[in-house]
Amino acid sequence: MSNDFPTSASVVVIGAGIVGNGVVGHLAELGWRNIVQIDKGPLPNPGGSTGHASNFIFPVDHNREMAALNLDSQRQYIEMGVNTECGGIEVARTPERLEEFRRRMVSAKNWGIDARLVTPAEIKEMVPFINDEILLGGFYTPSVSVVDSLRAGTIFRERAQALNALETFANVEVLDIETVDGRVTAVVTDRGRIKADHVVICVGVWAPRLAAMAGTEIPLTPAVHQMIDVGPIPVLEETGKELGFPIVRDMDTFCYERQSSGSMEVGSYAHRPIFITADDIPSIKESRLSPTELPITMEDFDPQLEQALELMPDILATAEIKYAINGLLSLTPDGFPLIGETPDVKGLWAACAIWIKEGPGAARMLAEWMTHGQPEVDPHQSDIARFYKFARNDHHVRARCAEHFNKTYGIVHPREQWASERDVRTAPYHDRTEALGAVYFLAGGMERPHWYESNAALVEKYGVVDRPHEWDRRWWSPIINAEHLALKESVGMVDLAPFVVFEFDGPGTKDYLQGLTVNNVDVAVGKSVYTPLLDVNGGFRSDLTMLRIAENTYRVMTGAFDGPRDAFWFRKHLPEDGSVHFCDLTSSYVTIGLWGPNARNVMSKLTTSDVSNEAFAYGTTQEVLFDSIPVRLFRISYVGELGWEIYAQTEHARAVWDKIVAAGQEFAIVPVGAGVYGTTGRLEKGYRLMGSELDGEYTVVEAGLHRPKVKSADFIGKAAYLKHRDEEPAAILCTLTVEDHMSERDAILRYMVGGETITTPDGNRIVDSKGRVSVVTTAGAGPSVGKFLLFAYLPPQHAVVGNELQVYYMDEFFPVKVAVAGSTPLFDPTDARMKG
Amino acid sequence: MSEPATPLRILVCVKRVPAPGARITLTADHSAIDTKNLGFTTSPHEECAVEEAIRLVDNHGGSATVLTLGPAESDEQLRYAISVGINKAVHVTNPALADGVDWDPQATASALADAIASIEADEGAFDLILFGNESADSGGFQVGVRVARKLGRAIVNGIKGIEIGVSADGHATVTARRESTSGFEVYELALPVVLGVKEGLNLPRYPTLPGRLRSKKADVAVHTADPVLGGLVTENFDNAAELVVQTTMLGNGEQAAPAIVDLIERLGLL
Repeated sequence: MSNDFPTSASVVVIGAGIVGNGVVGHLAELGWRNIVQIDKGPLPNPGGSTGHASNFIFPVDHNREMAALNLDSQRQYIEMGVNTECGGIEVARTPERLEEFRRRMVSAKNWGIDARLVTPAEIKEMVPFINDEILLGGFYTPSVSVVDSLRAGTIFRERAQALNALETFANVEVLDIETVDGRVTAVVTDRGRIKADHVVICVGVWAPRLAAMAGTEIPLTPAVHQMIDVGPIPVLEETGKELGFPIVRDMDTFCYERQSSGSMEVGSYAHRPIFITADDIPSIKESRLSPTELPITMEDFDPQLEQALELMPDILATAEIKYAINGLLSLTPDGFPLIGETPDVKGLWAACAIWIKEGPGAARMLAEWMTHGQPEVDPHQSDIARFYKFARNDHHVRARCAEHFNKTYGIVHPREQWASERDVRTAPYHDRTEALGAVYFLAGGMERPHWYESNAALVEKYGVVDRPHEWDRRWWSPIINAEHLALKESVGMVDLAPFVVFEFDGPGTKDYLQGLTVNNVDVAVGKSVYTPLLDVNGGFRSDLTMLRIAENTYRVMTGAFDGPRDAFWFRKHLPEDGSVHFCDLTSSYVTIGLWGPNARNVMSKLTTSDVSNEAFAYGTTQEVLFDSIPVRLFRISYVGELGWEIYAQTEHARAVWDKIVAAGQEFAIVPVGAGVYGTTGRLEKGYRLMGSELDGEYTVVEAGLHRPKVKSADFIGKAAYLKHRDEEPAAILCTLTVEDHMSERDAILRYMVGGETITTPDGNRIVDSKGRVSVVTTAGAGPSVGKFLLFAYLPPQHAVVGNELQVYYMDEFFPVKVAVAGSTPLFDPTDARMKG
Repeated sequence: MSEPATPLRILVCVKRVPAPGARITLTADHSAIDTKNLGFTTSPHEECAVEEAIRLVDNHGGSATVLTLGPAESDEQLRYAISVGINKAVHVTNPALADGVDWDPQATASALADAIASIEADEGAFDLILFGNESADSGGFQVGVRVARKLGRAIVNGIKGIEIGVSADGHATVTARRESTSGFEVYELALPVVLGVKEGLNLPRYPTLPGRLRSKKADVAVHTADPVLGGLVTENFDNAAELVVQTTMLGNGEQAAPAIVDLIERLGLL
């Protein structure tokens, strides 16, 4: 360790837990030099969450990004020689959990992880001291392991030091993070000031405090995870190993039992949510054990003691509770990590709220992102820029974390909605949709009708069949399909208030936007451009629509789920000469969609402007009056029907809603929810969605969104895009139809929810030449085509119309057929309905 | 050693104390220790007293009772004692006065002696009353002595060894050992007696899971006490000056040898 404290660095990494150490290791490997790492605590265990972690990895995760981070981390731990494979069994006490295990079988197959369902007797064979009488079955993963995260951290540092890239300083406290004009410039410590253009915050539970120093937010809360250590237990001591038995996760009690040499660690996610603030974490000197090992509040753990005793009565009845903590870990509002450049401060990066199981992978993700501008694993879920302002404060963080803490081992439906922080963002006509019995789903935190109970009678009218299995129909209604058919028969209106609207103007606007977009934005005023935005690797950064509303003015609409990320991307690339002004007008405009064969008839009653096809062509925009109210119309459709997106100023939105309702009355207009807009209508038309089909790991060509020509202007990702155009695509996005829904096991019809494996007829998963797996990206009904539809990327040899494959759902195979290879719509392939 | 004729009745008096780290944080007005982030425990000497009582009962029969005076939260320490094997618990408190009253050693001893006398009147005398040598927080070294005097019994403090025996005339006796600078002082005492014990007497056990669960269901007897305040009043708290420990790296490997030799010489060890 050096005695001279540095005054400058190429990057300062704050934190020496598994993440900070991983970051310095990977940055060094990627060529960074003059890295300075500091931590307030001593080494090798500075006292953060890493120091008291249980250190086990159950690699199976339903989420692709998290599974990728788990597997990459496990691979790195193995390579460092600190991974001990012990196997792990998740055990079920309830039938619902058994069903969840069938779903986990699908995720295991997706990510190529060996796993199998086991009987209580098989569990007993592997864990002889378990009470198999209370169990219904288990999910066994042989590759579950325990890692030495402290040793791994030391190895990471040593590797960076061996490259002469790193100086590490323990016992150094950060006092301030300096910024100038929204850019980080220095870290002030109790040992001195270090100038740096890049600073990485890897301090877990303390992150909110450090973020505040830089004038920004890192939305996480320190939260308690209770853990006790019980021993000595002779049967464990006799193994002579750290782990002689598989780790048991008692999923229905939200607890785990993990051998630790001669004793058993019992950890719980079942207790009430217990949060403290970063500022209230005791200092090292004030702590009896460490700052993140707080005294246990035993009364919160008592119910888990009884459950643990019930599960392992023979060994837990006589052993003593030797160690018991309220251990601190970091929770975020949506349960995903916080990785990437902070949206408010250039050069200030974060890698926080990361578990041991994903630490090295997350560190590699961040290091690649800092080095290349884009990591190999798509960071969509973890991107720290994903939060709206209202979601970046302690109130929101705590409300959401309180809700999901007990779901750590919970059974969470892919469509599941939050119960907390509702009615925080609502449309101006919310009372109208509420009166129609809207069932709201959140879109960017905004209440958006997913279907309307007022349309219940349409179910019978259109003969929509319900789904017999509770899981398949959870967070779904047959009304969605009925609304779809009603819109296609006459006309529907869709609440699109969560749309994100940006406006750019100034003399540099066109050139600035050209530099970000794949498609040419130099179109005539009044015309629109749909375009992907790419990262440097040619993966999707965003896809959105632009309207040229004046020579130097563009309005850009993007989806509610990606608004903050897109805003960050646009701001990040604004020219520094001030020639482009960026304005987020999301709160200024409300969007309502009007679509269906009668949309023009309704529109003709709303405005005196000529809305004929000749006067108002597809893909164009005009400002018109609804009586006295100015609105902007954009003739476009995401549901494949004639119609417009109507943009009204927020204060007019309620009046506009009412006018549409009144004008539509004679055409039996129906309110239509996002169930149609986001799923059924979209699927039939083959429209891709950012975050589902489109992400950083697939190319424009693979998504089938490439145009015949490439514009001459340069743009981010162009080199990669040109390369992708020249190559044979490794995968093609296809639309598949489910040919038979009958479950042999349940003897009822089953309907997929997304995330399932597409397999060959003999049940093997399909991996393309880039190592990517064919997984269902969207699943849903196609009411107009009378089929249940799936989107999935398939390698070219499988992406052949008529090709018969299978979909693996709930540990059962169902026959599917490729209906479309590429972006041609299954319904109305020539777009005659939309463009007529 | 022969066994006493009747089973032992043992009482252990404990105190709820904060479990701080190296630095103790005070409230803004310095009137108290800031316990916001602290856990609470039983003074370590008293944990040994609890352990000793359990062992004595295990070996000689009888029953052990734990008693504390303190706020409602002290229930946690009573139940902890039950969870490791104590049979009965008594909570001496005054709900009306809550935590605000400063139970100085005189008031505490007076309340404890009253409670003990009341229990003994109902259930018979305790053969052995164990205190910790001093509490881990205020460290007054007074309560055990004052209680013993009020009860008219002998007390020996600083005890690190206890054995129960029988005297020549058949009465139960206790042999208590305490460390001195040159060895052990050994006391032969007739029962009933009061002992103040020190850490090192034994290695206290931890609770088992069933023990913890049993303690949750146990009954705790409550004795209400009215404090007769003594002369000791807490004015405020101050932290002691912090010891600054400076670590100097003398070097790595062989290169460090001259510096180490030099240091040893300066310390006068060569």
